[in-house]
Amino acid sequence: MDYQYIGKSIPKVDSAQKATGTAQYINDLSFPNMLWGKVLRSIYPHAEIVHIDKSKAERLPGVKAIITAQDIPDGLYGPFIKDEPVLARGKVRYIGEPVAAVAAIDRETAEEAIQLVEVEYDELPSVFDPLEAMKSDAPLIHEDLSSYFCIFPAVQEGNVCSRTTFVEGDIQQGFKEAGLIVEETFRTHMQHQSYMEPSGAIALIDPSGKIIIHSSTQGIFITQSRVSESLKIPMSKIRVIAPNVGGGFGGKIETNVQPICVALAQKTGLPIKVVLTREEEFTAGRPRHPTTIWGKLGLKKDGTFVAKEMINIFDTGAYSDDGPGVTGFGSLMARGPYRIPNLKIVGNCVYTNKVKSGAFRGFGNPQTGFASESLIDMAAKELNMDPLDLRLKNALVPGDHSVGKQTIHSVGIMECLKKAAEALEWKQKKGKCRGRGIAAVNHISGLLTVSAFVRINEDGTISLHVGTMDIGQGSDTILTQIVAEELGVPLEDINLISRDTDAAPYTWATSASRLTYTGGNAVRLATIDAREQLLELASKQLDENKDDLMIQNKKIFVKWDPEKGLTFHQLGAISCWVKGGPIVGKSSFMVETPPFDRSGFSGFPFGTMTGYIFAAQAVEVEVDVETGKVKMIQCASAHDVGHAIHPQNVEGQIEGGFVQGLGYALTEEIVFDGGKVINPSFADYKIPMAMDIPPITPIIVEAYDETGPYGAKGLGEPGLVGVAPAIANAIYDAIGVRIKDLPITPEKVLDAIKGKKVTIPWTDIWKKNF
Amino acid sequence: MVKQEIQLDVNGKSYSISVFPQETLLEVLRENLGLIGTKEGCSEGECGVCTVLLDGLPVRSCLLLAVDVRGGKITTIEGLSEKGVLHPIQKAFIEHGAIQCGFCTPGMILSAKALLDGNPFPSEEEIRIGLSGNLCRCTGYIKIFKAVQGAAL
Ligand code: FES
Ligand code: FES
Repeated sequence: MDYQYIGKSIPKVDSAQKATGTAQYINDLSFPNMLWGKVLRSIYPHAEIVHIDKSKAERLPGVKAIITAQDIPDGLYGPFIKDEPVLARGKVRYIGEPVAAVAAIDRETAEEAIQLVEVEYDELPSVFDPLEAMKSDAPLIHEDLSSYFCIFPAVQEGNVCSRTTFVEGDIQQGFKEAGLIVEETFRTHMQHQSYMEPSGAIALIDPSGKIIIHSSTQGIFITQSRVSESLKIPMSKIRVIAPNVGGGFGGKIETNVQPICVALAQKTGLPIKVVLTREEEFTAGRPRHPTTIWGKLGLKKDGTFVAKEMINIFDTGAYSDDGPGVTGFGSLMARGPYRIPNLKIVGNCVYTNKVKSGAFRGFGNPQTGFASESLIDMAAKELNMDPLDLRLKNALVPGDHSVGKQTIHSVGIMECLKKAAEALEWKQKKGKCRGRGIAAVNHISGLLTVSAFVRINEDGTISLHVGTMDIGQGSDTILTQIVAEELGVPLEDINLISRDTDAAPYTWATSASRLTYTGGNAVRLATIDAREQLLELASKQLDENKDDLMIQNKKIFVKWDPEKGLTFHQLGAISCWVKGGPIVGKSSFMVETPPFDRSGFSGFPFGTMTGYIFAAQAVEVEVDVETGKVKMIQCASAHDVGHAIHPQNVEGQIEGGFVQGLGYALTEEIVFDGGKVINPSFADYKIPMAMDIPPITPIIVEAYDETGPYGAKGLGEPGLVGVAPAIANAIYDAIGVRIKDLPITPEKVLDAIKGKKVTIPWTDIWKKNF
Repeated sequence: MVKQEIQLDVNGKSYSISVFPQETLLEVLRENLGLIGTKEGCSEGECGVCTVLLDGLPVRSCLLLAVDVRGGKITTIEGLSEKGVLHPIQKAFIEHGAIQCGFCTPGMILSAKALLDGNPFPSEEEIRIGLSGNLCRCTGYIKIFKAVQGAAL
């Protein structure tokens, strides 16, 4: 198929303003009389708040307001379980939890003021390890858990706020049929999104009383609904506008400072800006869930997978946030892109007295993927099979099923595996202390809703209204390309209106790798609707059959008589002033099909999902056995994106995801002493820098998906998912030691070389019958 | 604390501004001069998004006091394009897809400019060294390296 815009790497629509420094981000905005807000945070991991004395702070010149839980409505909020207050109410549950907030004339005064607020605490016993937290005698972090509102039928017990289970086939029988069983426990750590732009918001109240929030967010409608539920303000009274967002990676889906900002604006009647410091980002953001995972894989002697059991413990910290979703989705993906007839996966989302974890590129998949893909290599070793061949033997093919028995038609995993391996010359001889490793990834890109309007203006230009957020991943460009393609208009004729809840129709967030697939479908359908209306109007005006008309160069004319036609300008004007009414194409797109067969599901917090995407990451490493240092020699990352709408952008996602995965695998870790983060800065939390980047070959695989726009599927997340297991597998291949807990630091490698057993706490938890 | 009157040469224009002695160059650029293209990501000299050029060399404006750079020539991202015509490095960043969220971009482009001004044909290794003070979390740096190479050609 020949396309004019689809498949073309045009300059991104927002690049020029970003290159010139004119693009505005939250901290670049200011308003007359604007005050600075600052949050006072808990210094205890678990404590009752006995008393708060604001008087000293109130006397500081320049302080305009100080609020605590007493001063605001008692709403609780959260995406799955409504368990979190805006400011701690009665007790604090982690170091860093907001306890009070101050508004003052400038940043320095606000900072000084919060130091003057005196809080008297009565410390409570705390628990930091989720395995400890699951014991029956562990301190309860949310005594009122059973009374919280949940958006799904959550299975809960003690500090487990959500337990999701998937069962298929007969797990006992499956393991009986296995000629080989491998079994291991793995640990993964806490990673921070580390977007370059710290989170922030500005709230103000317009003369009508409407609250306007400028929000650095991945979802304007999510900000709107969280502020609404937490502060008990009707959504009709809240308008959310987003400036450019300096990266999110999941961390800016849910709100951070927005409700606090609004509460301060209500109290003072003045605009309030709150922007987090980098230290607050690290101590009070929403990083990736640490996990402990026990997995067991059963195979026939010929390598056929027959059974898999996994127990995943996700440490969600003090509040559930996206934890139930992360746990449920990570567990759903835990089968991997393979056929395994007998399956039991249990995911536990557990409260602890640490900063809450939340959504982060991969959404649970990097954790379960690390365990799953490590297990496969352990099995390959036992069977004396090439790990690539073992994967290929079991990999899904078109027509195979998801967990939940959806038939998947577009499946490019085989090609991804083969191409990633080929790029590394997989079968070639390796140097000393060098090894190669590969990991396969499955993910989804079809989830929930996007709505869009496409309006033909009086002058024939186009307005696209859609509530999607481009946080750098490129959706503004992709969606504009789609409108341009369907109407045959140049990109500059399209006005994308996306960042304002008062101007764009409802869209769920930038998340789940979904804007190309889910958003692309919505925008395409709305554009087709507008196009059909245009053709309809032209057919009436020209008194010609619609089928005899064609569109070219912003003109609709009779196929065999190009002189007989009307321009978009003429048609836009006619529709607005003369006949038919303004043309508005519309789509409300929801991912509803195919449904899951939920007979083996329990406590899964999502409806259906689709747009399955596949990837494989392959790496070659060299291990220095003296120092334990792992050097990346070469890497390849192959992605089945259905059809690349903007190939350069696809590569950008692959490369960016891979490098974030490198950080996850090797260097990044939020480190705690008890409940306190001890490395809250880029000096001590090491994200990859220019010097650290190995050669990476991005590979695009296109297994056309009939249900996606132009066959396209998503790709934002999987680029990160397989990196850590691929590296762990390569290290094993190089020097014969298996690293089971992330990140893979030189110390851990050295310890493993020395034969030191990794002590992953082994409690009776694994024997528990969930 | 008393304010001091200082002269700053920013993007070829000279300004006389009164600043507190503890005010950073970053604050003065953003708040007094409204040059918001210079970003703030950590305020601790660790991320490089606040990079500007001082007498042609990249510096972290969050670490410098405005009073200490008196008399120096400062270039911010706003000073790179001329009359709406983008600088070749800006063009290369756009063309090579080196920009995602864009928050690191101004600092990255200025570091690249300093590098290329001193070394018009850097090797990939030299580019990495030249950009080693600027973090980017979106792109994985690869397209940025290509853009700098592209601008050098
Ligand atoms: S703001 Fe991070 S180095 Fe200056
Ligand atoms: S483009 Fe987002 S940090 Fe570099």
